[in-house]
Amino acid sequence: MSKVHVTTKINGDSTEYLCDPRETLLDVLRDQLNLTGAKEGCGTGDCGACSVELDGRLVCSCLVLGVEAEGKEISTVEGIADGETLHPLQRKFIEHAALQCGVCTPGILVAAKSLLEKNPDPTETEVRYWLAGNLCRCTGYDKIIRAVMDAAAEMREAA
Amino acid sequence: MNYLTPASFAEAAACARDASGVTRFLAGGTDVLVQMRADIVTPDTLIDIKHIDGARDITRAADGSWIIGVAAPGAEMKEHPELSKDWPGLVEGMDLIGSTQVQGRATLVGNLCNASPAADSVPAMVAAGVEVSVTGPDGTRREKAENIPTAPGRTSLAAGELISAVHVPARGENGGDAYLRFIPRTEMDIAVVGCGVNLRLDGDVITEARVSLGAVAPTVLLVQDCADAIIGTTLDDAALEKLAAAASAACNPITDKRGTVKFRTHVAGVLAQRTAKIAYGRAKGASK
Ligand SMILES: Cc1cc2nc3c(=O)[nH]c(=O)nc-3n(C[C@H](O)[C@H](O)[C@H](O)COP(=O)(O)OP(=O)(O)OC[C@H]3O[C@@H](n4cnc5c(N)ncnc54)[C@H](O)[C@@H]3O)c2cc1C
Ligand code: FES
Ligand code: FES
Repeated sequence: MSKVHVTTKINGDSTEYLCDPRETLLDVLRDQLNLTGAKEGCGTGDCGACSVELDGRLVCSCLVLGVEAEGKEISTVEGIADGETLHPLQRKFIEHAALQCGVCTPGILVAAKSLLEKNPDPTETEVRYWLAGNLCRCTGYDKIIRAVMDAAAEMREAA
Repeated sequence: MNYLTPASFAEAAACARDASGVTRFLAGGTDVLVQMRADIVTPDTLIDIKHIDGARDITRAADGSWIIGVAAPGAEMKEHPELSKDWPGLVEGMDLIGSTQVQGRATLVGNLCNASPAADSVPAMVAAGVEVSVTGPDGTRREKAENIPTAPGRTSLAAGELISAVHVPARGENGGDAYLRFIPRTEMDIAVVGCGVNLRLDGDVITEARVSLGAVAPTVLLVQDCADAIIGTTLDDAALEKLAAAASAACNPITDKRGTVKFRTHVAGVLAQRTAKIAYGRAKGASK
């Protein structure tokens, strides 16, 4: 089976890789590019642990083929912090203890960031619906929602 | 596996005609990739239709009708203010599919061609009177949405044929549509029953109606008896009762972990009433 050459942009950097056309973007990110932030919880679109942005749209990277990234722009959790400076969402997740095992956290950070870019002042209900595809088996969700609401408030003040 | 990215629908049809083995078109991939992962379908050829010019566009023609590109994801339908105003039921049916992440990819046509009896956008499409363009090696024809699925997982598309556009009628005066589904939770579940209603009023009286039901038969149903129960009425209690009876009578469901035959049959009646009330309210409020 011949591999396909893909040129794409990940967190702003031009990237090239060879992949089997059956390989998912999640596998390419983790196994070839060493971007292990995106996690595989289910591999079938149900848990959101693999969330990334593809041309500005929140998607499950387990439901995207590596070959589909050709010519696209991808953002992963690795691109959220600015060097050593954490994104407000990351800081608030630590402050509110919004994670335990952390498997869901990268996906939730990517998803929450994409919500706040579209809607800087979401209601709690809007946050809960937006994150309905991000499962967490540890925290009971409440601390996650508080952390997102608090980060949103801080980002509005700073804006 | 061959991964192809044709630049036109004619080329996509030719790719499918020339391919041997298992062939799938790839729109949002939210069914195809899940089926690949579960080894339910292992394609030899995957034809990605997202590179076709205009395949993601949502446009309204001069006569008010809409063309939705086969690769336009649910998120883009929802973000389209005019489409949501004209066809809120259709947009809601699509929007109920999966999570925000799934919405970033999933398409109407993928939902239709995956041919699940419980597909959420399909009753809304059928009620709205949606037609699709079908492109094959011999050209393009028009087909009603309800004629595409023929059985769970099966469609009427011949080998080498694909859907190349979704045609939504002009909203017109005093019309409204709605889609509701029953699920045991609030998000991320498969419909136990789905119902789409689209109707038009003259004053308070219903002059046209289309009612469709999902998840109560091997394919989504367009139920003429439901439409007949409410046409010529003001959706009064007697009409609503007849509507529920007609909806329940049309059901031919299965029992599974989500609901029994008896439960689905009952819920179909209740849901038809609720959906019709919403569509009626929208038709009264809509001045377009
Ligand atoms: C987590 C999750 C939750 C979901 N929840 C729901 C839900 O609540 N309700 C629901 O109804 N569905 C649900 N689905 C199923 C799925 O998301 C929908 O059916 C979706 O609309 C499929 O669209 P797609 O563009 O991703 O299709 P794809 O996976 O790209 O394609 C689906 C099928 O259609 C065929 N196809 C695609 N385009 C064409 C074309 N132009 N011509 C001919 N054939 C074509 C493909 O070959 C394939 O057989 C869910 C899926 C996931 C992963
Ligand atoms: S791993 Fe992609 S949604 Fe679970
Ligand atoms: S912190 Fe463990 S799954 Fe969310």
